[in-house]
Amino acid sequence: MRNIWTIAKREYNLYFISPVAYVVAFLFLTIIALIFAINIMAMTVNQFGFAPPPDSRVVTGPMAFLLLLAAPALTMRLLADEVRMGTMELLLTAPVREYELVVGKWLGAFLFMLTLMAVSLVFPFILNQITDPGIDQMLMMSGYLGVILLTAAFLAIGVGISALFSNQVAAFFTTMVIFVILWWLVGAPANVLPGGSDVFRYLDMSGHFYQSFNEGRITLSGIAYYLSLTALGLLIGTTAIETRRWR
Amino acid sequence: MIEVSNLTKDYGARRAIDGLNFEARQGEITGFLGPNGAGKTTTMRILTGYMPPSDGAATIAGYDVVRDSLEVRRRVGYLPETVPLYTEMTVFDYLKFMADLRRLPEAEDIIEETLEMVGLLDRAGGYIGNLSKGMRQRVGLAQALLHRPEVLILDEPTIGLDPAQIIEVRNLIREIGKERTVLLSTHILSEAQQLCDRILIINKGKIVAEDTPQNLQSNLSGAQRVQLTVRGDTAKLAEKIGKVDGVENVILSGEEQLEFQYAAGKDVRPAIARMVVEANLDLLEMRAIGLSLEEIFLTLTKEAPAESEE
Repeated sequence: MRNIWTIAKREYNLYFISPVAYVVAFLFLTIIALIFAINIMAMTVNQFGFAPPPDSRVVTGPMAFLLLLAAPALTMRLLADEVRMGTMELLLTAPVREYELVVGKWLGAFLFMLTLMAVSLVFPFILNQITDPGIDQMLMMSGYLGVILLTAAFLAIGVGISALFSNQVAAFFTTMVIFVILWWLVGAPANVLPGGSDVFRYLDMSGHFYQSFNEGRITLSGIAYYLSLTALGLLIGTTAIETRRWR
Repeated sequence: MIEVSNLTKDYGARRAIDGLNFEARQGEITGFLGPNGAGKTTTMRILTGYMPPSDGAATIAGYDVVRDSLEVRRRVGYLPETVPLYTEMTVFDYLKFMADLRRLPEAEDIIEETLEMVGLLDRAGGYIGNLSKGMRQRVGLAQALLHRPEVLILDEPTIGLDPAQIIEVRNLIREIGKERTVLLSTHILSEAQQLCDRILIINKGKIVAEDTPQNLQSNLSGAQRVQLTVRGDTAKLAEKIGKVDGVENVILSGEEQLEFQYAAGKDVRPAIARMVVEANLDLLEMRAIGLSLEEIFLTLTKEAPAESEE
């Protein structure tokens, strides 16, 4: 466990001197802020209308979608760059187990994303101040839990893919392709198939978020789904590094 | 203590090392000498647990490098050929990271002590990316020494250093080699000759010679060969030289040149020089030809014609 923490700490600190991480953080928070501002403006225009005031979904909804881009950008470097720099030799000849390396890398990225999300809490806070009687806190917590689980899964898949490559760009695009499949394509057969659509609906990554967590429904199957994906991603990473030794 | 038996590694169809057998003892510096592509790095990577062998076994301090890989890695300090450094970290942070991975208590003190050993204490706060090649090499060495390993494996430790630094690093390695097991690779012969207690010459994945530098020199060559250039009656001189005790195989190799051989350890050169002068001949040149470790190395590694892929 200590090795995981040592590796995670290094990665976390590294993000704060990495230009890519700053770009990710800037775009992530700016786009959320813009969408938030547009919604607030719409609210003030509609103040005599019938539209209900915005709730925390105006923050968590776009945030989940932005993760599709942010996660691969943060994970592409993690293991691919160690291979390119030759430092993989350092890590694999140090008394560190493969899974400790992979989980440590993932945890570093996860903590960085959690930091960004902590900053984003400022938007629901503002919303709470300007609406009466304030926002639905349970809805917000459910939404944030969903985003956090989604982040864990996205980053784990990204780390797993990064372990397969020694080129960051290749890792980035492969991760994107996998995300596109899990986010849009896997669920698609559910809409056309007459039977067996439940399987595809369950595998759909966006469905678990937009139809349950973001609507305030915390489901066990949703939690199990995201945690399984996280475990799978980390397992792929660990296996990839183990096989790297045998090549 | 490193024990290697029948170690073999294949990269696809190419056999990088082929049935290596050797041991490196504690308190000794063992030199791994061979041309590029001979299998030095591959062997070291197997010993350090970076990759498993295709066949054979190796133990370090009694632990099998495959089965007890973690135990081996705890006991080995390793400096790979391309020094693995995080250029965006400071020297201190980098060593702290490695010390944490090795779970060293009181890491700060150890890091300071190690930096002093490699002469980088004043650069502790500097970024590795801003260091010169020689300094980076020493950071790598510091990383390998951090946990005071029983076994130190150094892949070309003096490459890229300037002459003064080479001497410093060699002294450091010599110091460490007094109580620990050191295995180092090099393709610089004089380095192996100066530094190592024992030399393994490896070529095309096989050990072609193994002995102390002195024995290698005398056993394989058996004798020193000298070329003499004189002006005057060389034929008569050749006859005289042939009668000197210990001299053999005298030949006239040119108009003013002759060559002879003498048993290693019995230097007849001063006597010969006096003889030439007493015979009233002009001594133009006397030089040792071949039969240095260099020559032996070249003979041993060139016996089989080199294959194009290497």
